[in-house]
Amino acid sequence: MQASIQVTAEPRVRYVLRLADNCLMLAQRLGEWCGHAPVLEEDIALTNVALDLVGQSRALLTHAGQLEGCGHDEDQLAFLRDERDYLNLTLVELPNSPQGARTGRGDFAFTVLRNFAMATLFKLLWQRLLLSSDAELAAIAGKALKESRYHQQHSGDWVVRLGDGTAESSRRMQEALAQMWPYVAEMFENDAVDEHAQQTGLGPRWGDVRADWMAEVTGVLEAAGLEVPKATAFRSTGKVGRHSEHMGFILAEMQYLQRAFPGGVW
Amino acid sequence: MNSAHPALAPRLAQAWAVLQTVPDPEVPVVSVCELGIVREVTLAGEGLHVVLTPTYSGCPATELIESSVVAALVAAGLGPVSVALQRAPAWTTDWISAEGRSKLRAYGIAPPGPASSDESRVLRFMPRHTAPALDCPRCGSADTERLSAFGSTACKALYRCRACREPFEHFKPI
Repeated sequence: MQASIQVTAEPRVRYVLRLADNCLMLAQRLGEWCGHAPVLEEDIALTNVALDLVGQSRALLTHAGQLEGCGHDEDQLAFLRDERDYLNLTLVELPNSPQGARTGRGDFAFTVLRNFAMATLFKLLWQRLLLSSDAELAAIAGKALKESRYHQQHSGDWVVRLGDGTAESSRRMQEALAQMWPYVAEMFENDAVDEHAQQTGLGPRWGDVRADWMAEVTGVLEAAGLEVPKATAFRSTGKVGRHSEHMGFILAEMQYLQRAFPGGVW
Repeated sequence: MNSAHPALAPRLAQAWAVLQTVPDPEVPVVSVCELGIVREVTLAGEGLHVVLTPTYSGCPATELIESSVVAALVAAGLGPVSVALQRAPAWTTDWISAEGRSKLRAYGIAPPGPASSDESRVLRFMPRHTAPALDCPRCGSADTERLSAFGSTACKALYRCRACREPFEHFKPI
């Protein structure tokens, strides 16, 4: 059994790992839809989005490993860290159907809402990261921005189509939105990692994209006839490494092969 | 950049000529040069240094393209060859050559329109959002509709022609 690697707490590495881990974990969740989406076109769409996210995550993990300078490659960072060293938002590790996690069946309403929330966040971050003082991070952002824009368009279309659809689709979207909304606040909580990134020109504090995110997301929710839920005091803490009860299970599935067959490659 | 350069050193001109024959693994009717994936070829000692750019972040063909480029140049006696992947400036479908576009169309794939106008476009969501009308690559009719925003590869979407009833793929502008 392969032992875990230890990762530096250096702020610039953590900033890049946050971006990488959000891409990675959302891709893993979207991959679970493969062969199970409601229609074939969306099966292809969800896995295509996952493919883009895996690609972005690979580039970011490779870069984080280079910044860290301890010789960790993308595979080691993706598969050999302990739970607390993953810095993704709790939102992306939630099962595709948070309420029906035990049935294993995904909720398409929750999936399109989360995809829209994350694509909007990624798009706003990539736009700002084009100006990063780190040339490689700016290069990754330049490519990812084009992809996130397409993801946002596609998922946003679904939010409107289902929110403004039948009474049943609207009800299910509103329910899914109520499940998702408490986890949104974490996106914009700044900490020392954000402050360091801003001071060094590495990238924006995530809190600085809050106003733009809210404007874009609430605009689409309104067009969809969905009511924006009230803010709550609840704060998830995935991006500082304190995860939900779902994280251990998704990591077990992701990591099993690399742990059981160290260094295994395709 | 995508055509042969007569003024170049013979070895470079030869390298570009070889690269014109390296097909894209997913759309073998066009070469990696015609797709705008080969950004630079320079002399490096006895051999060559090639700069490639990935199309999509997750494109699974990237590694295969890299190895086919190396294999083709080495087979032509131009090795050893080193390859660097360069993300910036980000690849755009605007770099697909005119010849590449006509080959795509002849192959049944509607080529991408200009990407630059798309970049600054204000996002509009359903129901106002409609995918841009495309000409059917088979019969030329503009009476087409999008069936699927994503297709058989990361770079394509699926369309249908209402005139000739044939489905076709579209190379998405990015």
